[in-house]
Amino acid sequence: MKPFRYSRPDSLDHAGQLTSDADARAIAGGTNLIDLMKLQVETPQQLVDINTLSLGEIADAENGGLSIGALATNTATAAHPRVRSDYPVLARAILAGATQQLRNKATTGGNLCQRTRCYYFTNIDQPCNKREPGSGCGAIDGIARLHAVLGTSPHCIATYPGDMAVAMAALDATVQIIGPAGERSVPVRDFHRLPGDTPEKDNVLEAGEVITAVTLPAPVGGKQLYRKVRERSSYAFALVSVAAVVEMDGGRIARADLAFGGLAHKPWHDPRLSELLVGEEPTAALFDKAADLLLEDAQGYGENDFKIPLARRALAATLAEATGAEL
Amino acid sequence: MPITINDTPHELPDDPRVSLLDFLRHHAGLTGTKKGCDHGQCGACTVLVNGMRINSCLSLAVMHDGDSVTTIEGLGTPDAPSALQKAFVEHDGYQCGYCTPGQICSATAMMQEIANGWPSDASDDLEGPIKPSADEIRERMSGNLCRCGAYANIVAAIAEVAAEDAQ
Amino acid sequence: MEQDKPNRECLLDKTPQATLGKPLSRSEGLAKVTGTAPYAAEYPIADCLEGVLVTAPFARGTIDSIDKDTCLAMEGVVAVIDDERLTSRPAQGTAGEAPVQKPRQIDYFGQPFALVVAETFEQARHAAKHLEFTFTADDLSQVSFDPEGTESERQEETRQGDLAHAMAEAKHAVDARITTAGHASAAMEPHAAIAEWDGSNLTVHASLQMLNYNISEIADSLGMEEDNIRLISRYVGGGFGSKLGISQECLAASLAAMTLEKPVRVVLSRQQVFQNIMRRSETTQRLRLAAGADGALNGFGHEGLVSNLPKESFAEPILQSSQFLYSGENRLLGLDVARVHRMTAGSVRAPGEAVGMPALEVAMDMLAEETGVDPVELRLRNIPDAHPVEGTPFSSHKLAECLKQAADSFGWEAGPRKPRQRREGEWWIGTGMASAARVHNISKAKARVTLKPDGTALVETDMTDIGTGTYTILGQLAGEMLGLPREKVLVELGDTRFPRGSGSGGSWGASSVGSAVYVACQGLRRELASRAGVNEDDVSLKDGRIANGPSLVDLLDGKDLSEEGFYEPGDIDDDFVAAGFGAYFAQVRVNRFTGETRVDRMTGAFGFGRVLNQKTARSQCQGGMVWSIGVALTEALHFDPQDGHLVNCDLAEYHVPVNRDVPELDVIMVEERDPAASPIQAKGIGELGMCGGAAAIANAIYNASGARVMDFPMTPDRVLAAMP
Repeated sequence: MKPFRYSRPDSLDHAGQLTSDADARAIAGGTNLIDLMKLQVETPQQLVDINTLSLGEIADAENGGLSIGALATNTATAAHPRVRSDYPVLARAILAGATQQLRNKATTGGNLCQRTRCYYFTNIDQPCNKREPGSGCGAIDGIARLHAVLGTSPHCIATYPGDMAVAMAALDATVQIIGPAGERSVPVRDFHRLPGDTPEKDNVLEAGEVITAVTLPAPVGGKQLYRKVRERSSYAFALVSVAAVVEMDGGRIARADLAFGGLAHKPWHDPRLSELLVGEEPTAALFDKAADLLLEDAQGYGENDFKIPLARRALAATLAEATGAEL
Repeated sequence: MPITINDTPHELPDDPRVSLLDFLRHHAGLTGTKKGCDHGQCGACTVLVNGMRINSCLSLAVMHDGDSVTTIEGLGTPDAPSALQKAFVEHDGYQCGYCTPGQICSATAMMQEIANGWPSDASDDLEGPIKPSADEIRERMSGNLCRCGAYANIVAAIAEVAAEDAQ
Repeated sequence: MEQDKPNRECLLDKTPQATLGKPLSRSEGLAKVTGTAPYAAEYPIADCLEGVLVTAPFARGTIDSIDKDTCLAMEGVVAVIDDERLTSRPAQGTAGEAPVQKPRQIDYFGQPFALVVAETFEQARHAAKHLEFTFTADDLSQVSFDPEGTESERQEETRQGDLAHAMAEAKHAVDARITTAGHASAAMEPHAAIAEWDGSNLTVHASLQMLNYNISEIADSLGMEEDNIRLISRYVGGGFGSKLGISQECLAASLAAMTLEKPVRVVLSRQQVFQNIMRRSETTQRLRLAAGADGALNGFGHEGLVSNLPKESFAEPILQSSQFLYSGENRLLGLDVARVHRMTAGSVRAPGEAVGMPALEVAMDMLAEETGVDPVELRLRNIPDAHPVEGTPFSSHKLAECLKQAADSFGWEAGPRKPRQRREGEWWIGTGMASAARVHNISKAKARVTLKPDGTALVETDMTDIGTGTYTILGQLAGEMLGLPREKVLVELGDTRFPRGSGSGGSWGASSVGSAVYVACQGLRRELASRAGVNEDDVSLKDGRIANGPSLVDLLDGKDLSEEGFYEPGDIDDDFVAAGFGAYFAQVRVNRFTGETRVDRMTGAFGFGRVLNQKTARSQCQGGMVWSIGVALTEALHFDPQDGHLVNCDLAEYHVPVNRDVPELDVIMVEERDPAASPIQAKGIGELGMCGGAAAIANAIYNASGARVMDFPMTPDRVLAAMP
């Protein structure tokens, strides 16, 4: 870990000033940043401890939604009565991730900004365009077991590793951001980027911008499910995960908001799936068509080829569970 | 403000790089908290901060001014062990003993989390009452690796204390 | 004593104290649960400097130069140690001599070649990442990483009859290729050492399993006399083979302390533990079984390919138990080794059987299906009367009892078996079984037992307790022999100032050191008998006195009475085949959509001779069964095909089982006395629990889902790919 200055801003503006420096990093729970600093993957010269800011509140939002403060811990969010009753997919996703110890520290904002688990990213003896632009990608011809099959680029095939944001993408939540240019809102679905030729940028956050909250829209009916396929029964990153918010109406699908983890550099949301599914009777053939659509551009890299059929099956299983269809 | 560890105040380190774990082990002389991976992947460093369990390896000591930390040494002593400590001995909920302080700190906090009614990945109902069933304990203790493979006995030890508490 | 004949009449069955075998809690239990037991890095030593190893970012080549000056200018840095005596590989178990040193010659990715020492850990960790050096890396196209594509040499072969002919003529034949992944021991305590040097004597607090060998390894590496070295390992946070021999931090800390004349602590990071310490070799195995209509084996073939670095003699001994477990007149067993530039391959819990037995037991399940014989019955029909090649008798053989008792306890339904017969929601449910076998190892050992004037006893040996229960069982053993309750026996371990024990490894600790304690106590009993004026054979000791006679306190008369026991295995090794046997039964559920597997329940029955403590022995069995789950479902080392580095070098991506992966484990300890195994009629139990268990899970996956997976671990992707 490189030496760094440690500071505590006394206001949001102050935090923005301090973090606008390219060599500064904001720290909240620290569960990801300190991990990476020990490996010298992250080498900030200044660490801005934003825990003193009042951003931990979980409160009712306009239009019946819910605002989850950037510093609300994953534990607080998953245990919140309204999250449990109105947004169970979010509670389930959070509880399927990490461990209680980590969730007690991890925050909404930090979790959104969680960096990839790609083995080449976390090992400074290996090439990685995300860590060191221009150094190459070790994973493409290496061990790509964890890696993406959708939205990859020749420069990076890393995945976004989290669970929480996948549920938020299915729920169509919004990230509230404050920065030098004022406040702005970004849908969670657009918050994370695809790697393209700038894989070093995980998301759309600009220097000096701070996440203040995530707003969930008013709750909808139907079933909410989070299915996470992993190599251990607990404490493992997703091979593939599916977040689903599904409503039925008279034997037909009335709503199907889906997002996927483990497949891409971002929580994957394909609006065409909803268009295809809504209004249809749930059948194996329909689920197959949805999977065809989801995976039409999927590309494996050897070790992760399995994710393509696995995503297909996980999608079918989730839709069957949500709609009551027999498979 | 200083940091309070097991009811004793300590001055924070000058070097902000010192993790809470290394602060406990090297500065405060409390080596009961173990370093297994230093990256939040094993749970051996679990301590309670203001009553909540965390991985002390993934936290900087300087971020804890004013906090109250409880380590394994603060839960009980050989002369006056806690109920969980006694149960771990009785049920052989350990072998080499290295993950054990983390397991016991974790279990101590877990009891409170269940009492709070917080659900887990193993809870069938997110909103119903939570019982310390074996399945719940297994999921909630999965952040503490035990390479010796004492899991079954760890679950038995915790279940016994949970059952006593329930009476 | 040297054992050259079976000890059929063991004193331990006649002594009246009745403490041996009892399920007593560990004597060091309270120290462990309160965090007061000191592990290697935790000794409070004033002004201790901190060292962090620097590792090579390439797989083969040389370090040409090291820029010490720039590093020394960094804050807090005290020294850069690049002494030629730094060890570049860990020592193999029982080496007793220096491992490969030559630190600047790099043989695997991540090999350490220098140590940065600083005033604080934070300074050392930072400076170690910034040490500048130049190197010449060999052309990667000239370096072998993958054993499959590398020329191999045959290390071992057993041939009898004509297996190929037997296969061709057999009514039923199975010819299966099964692979197992590489494994890491992943003991929870990282390898650590604190060295102190007083100008002529070196003291090392280390985390080691076999101080009796380790002291020789350090002495040889340093060119020092053993008399000037003291090793201390009172508590070891798990070993599983990874701490059998000294590893790189021992010499690094020692050389730094000797150079700087100050104490130095070196703790490997978890990544360094993965990259530097012994791996279990991956294996590719071919099993050939030829049987008649009744399932009786006529041909038995087991061949395998494993790997190691050049110059390493160790080859994962996957054939060990295959040599004698099942009958079959026509036999071919062979082991090939490929030389690859991955980190050293060595002992990881149950070397050999941990991966050889699961492969064999999957093939047996396939034969059971092929012949239509119940899997339990198939094994019962193929238990040989004696070693199938050498004809040597078994000293004691409990496989049949284990199979029957475990089947009974599990509720095994014998009869025709078909996959995919039971489904609950998304989950296919099925059962499977496998035999367990592990060769019995035993070693020479010394222990001193001293009766104190207050009527207590002290047991001293440099033996270690790595979580196995040594402190407790040696106390019970001495208590049983001397007629003392366990609380009256103090056991001191893990210090080379004590007589040389056997070390913990190969499951031999309890029987080896236990026998030394037994021999020492026999000597004490003789002396007590003589002092009391009774016939040695008539001495009955209980609760601190001779029955109907004087108390120990009176007999000791204010003075210590001490006896050193020495045990050594003799010719008996050649007269009998001694092994532990057992059986596993598992019920699993396999998700029909995702291929995820969960173990619902597992039963294991094991025969391992005299049980010295019912509680700690049961825990050892359970631990082995948990490792079986890891072998079956989750554990695999992944190496980069381009540069050979270990990709998943941490506990987030190398998946040891978590609590939720493990169900209740039903353990049956089958009553056994093995008079040829050791004077105390005990065998080892640390490894037997994982010698085949993974196959019970694999076979259950097949029975549940119809997926016959031929590659361990059986991760969801592999199960899905094999599902019909």
